[in-house]
Amino acid sequence: MSTQDTPRTPNQEPAGAQEHLENAIELQDVAGLSQGQIVRRRFLRHKGAIVGMVVLAAIVVLSLTSVGFGPVPGWWKYTGASDPVITNPGGRPTLSMPTWLGGEGFAIGEHPLGQDEIGRDIFAQVMKGVQTSLMVIVVVGAVSTAIGVLVGALAGFYRGRLDTALMRSTDLVITMPTIVIGAVVGKLAGGISGVLFALALGLILWPSLARLVRGEFLALREREFVDAARVAGSSSRRIIFKHILPNAIGVVIVSATLLMSQAILLEAALSYLGFGITPPEVSLGQLISIYQSAFATRPWLFWWPGLFIVLIALCINFIGDGLRDAFDPRQKRIPSQRAMDRAAARSGLVPTSGTAGGTSLPGGAGVGSP
Amino acid sequence: MLRFLWRRFVAGLATLLVALFIMYVLVDLAIDPLADLRESTAPNKQQLIDQRTALLQLDTNVVIRFFQWLGNVATGDLGTQWRTGQEVSSLVASAIVSTLQLVTAATFVALVLGVVVGIVSALRQYSSFDYIIIFLSFFLYSLPSFFVAVLLKQWGAIGFNDFLRDPVIGTGVIVVVALLSAGLWSLAVGGSVRRRMQTALVAAVATGGLLVYLQVSGWWDRPHIGPVLLALFGLGTAVAVTGVFAGLQNRRALLAAIVVAVLGVVLSFPLDAFFRSTDDESNWMTALVVAAFTAGGAAVGVAFAGPDKGVSARGGAITGFVVGALIIVDQVMGVWPAYFEFLRGRPIATTGDRTPSLGGNYWVGLLDTYTHLVLPTIALILISFAAYTRYSRASMLEVMNQDYIRTARAKGLPERLVVVRHGFRNTLIPLATVVPIDIITLIGGAIITENIFGRPGMGQLFVQNLGEADIEPVMAYIAITAALAIIANVVADIIYAVVDPRIRLDA
Repeated sequence: MSTQDTPRTPNQEPAGAQEHLENAIELQDVAGLSQGQIVRRRFLRHKGAIVGMVVLAAIVVLSLTSVGFGPVPGWWKYTGASDPVITNPGGRPTLSMPTWLGGEGFAIGEHPLGQDEIGRDIFAQVMKGVQTSLMVIVVVGAVSTAIGVLVGALAGFYRGRLDTALMRSTDLVITMPTIVIGAVVGKLAGGISGVLFALALGLILWPSLARLVRGEFLALREREFVDAARVAGSSSRRIIFKHILPNAIGVVIVSATLLMSQAILLEAALSYLGFGITPPEVSLGQLISIYQSAFATRPWLFWWPGLFIVLIALCINFIGDGLRDAFDPRQKRIPSQRAMDRAAARSGLVPTSGTAGGTSLPGGAGVGSP
Repeated sequence: MLRFLWRRFVAGLATLLVALFIMYVLVDLAIDPLADLRESTAPNKQQLIDQRTALLQLDTNVVIRFFQWLGNVATGDLGTQWRTGQEVSSLVASAIVSTLQLVTAATFVALVLGVVVGIVSALRQYSSFDYIIIFLSFFLYSLPSFFVAVLLKQWGAIGFNDFLRDPVIGTGVIVVVALLSAGLWSLAVGGSVRRRMQTALVAAVATGGLLVYLQVSGWWDRPHIGPVLLALFGLGTAVAVTGVFAGLQNRRALLAAIVVAVLGVVLSFPLDAFFRSTDDESNWMTALVVAAFTAGGAAVGVAFAGPDKGVSARGGAITGFVVGALIIVDQVMGVWPAYFEFLRGRPIATTGDRTPSLGGNYWVGLLDTYTHLVLPTIALILISFAAYTRYSRASMLEVMNQDYIRTARAKGLPERLVVVRHGFRNTLIPLATVVPIDIITLIGGAIITENIFGRPGMGQLFVQNLGEADIEPVMAYIAITAALAIIANVVADIIYAVVDPRIRLDA
């Protein structure tokens, strides 16, 4: 395939110089930095992750302040209760685009996202649904991460019988269909409250994380620093939590993020099927399920909840991707041709010149300084 | 190996039994078979409740009922659906067929597309194409499946059916599609500016030309493949397959593939006549035709041999498979006008898996199955495509940074060989552990897709019976899916050991 330009033109600098340049660029990223700083830098460099963070933060603030949280009232005047006054005919959204986007001038109006057939304000409904989704993310993330890490750490650290027992119970949980759990919780609690449902989801979503953590612990427990800690007299608990876990934190954070994005889609899907969160609580999946029959007549009832599910899941996926890039030392960012040329130019070496061989290269530090 | 299998079998069986017990108790907690009677206003309410309690042995302890159920299952009796009195085993059998129809095509297409796109994206890391694919796969991955499915139903089906009523594609649309295809292809193929322009031009002309041809020749009213298109597609496949797997400078392999394509076109005439004369076509016969073409293609490849017998045979077999499948598709397309007429011009279905009281011959039935499969299959493909693209991209990136790739390049292998033989094969190793689990999980039913499109598959069987408080079908479903999940894990381990000799199962 013609996709790689590896066989370089013959009159280029020798491979040694090339490699030196690559190393210099790489070193420039990490010289004199702690592990945490390196991770933070790499994460901040990931544009998708940063955009995801900003958008997600905006969604969180919007949903929490607009309809309020718990007893605290929000600044939005409607609560999503039915309303005899329907502003636009058919409950059409009052939000309109600015003129340069083909609308009739920007306006938010009474009901920016429209109303349904009994006058409920869709903005308030959707914001409540977003709160539920966010709550599910937090609870599922916390519960399944805690269980997964604990199970994986114990199994990987102690091995033997405990490992077998824990891993068999992990297999057990994997075989259980999530829908049944939703149905059972609903039955036992008499209508499913969001928190309870999220707890139940967290209780069955941990196995993948437990397996990863176990693998990580199996590898790390053989390392020298663990032996050193043991010789120094550390207890097993201290070794697990102070020595091994911080080294496995990358794996944990990344897969916990992916778990969260999975959880929001799962919650929405179960609520859609009617085995999830039930009224009076509002969930985005449930809104879509209620309003899908109105697709032809009132499409806005269907679009907005879906849009917010996609947005939240997309943000979390991007953040997860950024974290993975940041934590994974193997994911070397191969410098692009442009970056190589720039670095070469800075070090006084003309990248595609024919005078290659003799040019001496300054040290890595020289490349790094502006 | 045997010891490993035995150990896994015993452990799996134990897990299965415990899982079934827990699920039986949970399902029993979750459902209430007496719900409708409790709210009834019938005068003999109490008597009805007693009757049903006796029928379902609701006064017996749930643990005892579980062991009774387990005993029945062990003797091969899955029980009955008490609301209708139907045997659960027959329900399950028909549901599995429907689910397999849906899952097979979707997984296959998603896997092939996902792997190809993921690998190209990895080879062109940090190019615009790569960024587009990354964003696309993230976007598809974040889409809730029910949202996609409802959209497809409301837009895809209705929109396409409306289009078919008056099949005219506007000039503007053709131009836009051609430009899009030009952009995408030139980004995917890459290379120097000159090369990009060439690719873009070829892609634009090919796409635009195809659309114009379809429009002008009235293809939408009478879809067909016919000898000309068949030859075009066959030769295209021959060149593409040879180009990837053997290299176009391997003249023997190229010749073998082209001969297969030509032979296929020639054979399509007697086959067409045969299909016209006979009335007892069946799935077996069509499968046999495709298999015969594949085997024939391989045989031609072997006959031409060349520097590498295997390569020619593979190229011939793939070309043969494509040509054979296209001939079958052509037959199916043949009944389109009649089918279109019968359904009053709205052929793309949104619910069920067959049109009731359709009649017609085998091809009509096949076409009917396809029109019902289109939308749910697209819904499934969109989501698993994203996952496979991400897997194969990550895996390919990892492989291409390995030392043996550097060695392969250093010893002067052409880049095609490095990518196909050293890169591609090793990329498949991690995929080999993911795919069997995915497939077997999908047999448990794409619950949401089946629900929205009303396909009577496994997922639908489960959801409906759970809603109707019918424990035996629900438990049959759980038993089957749990057993399959356990088997899938063992299969994945074995495949892993087969494709990667560094892994040993006995260790």
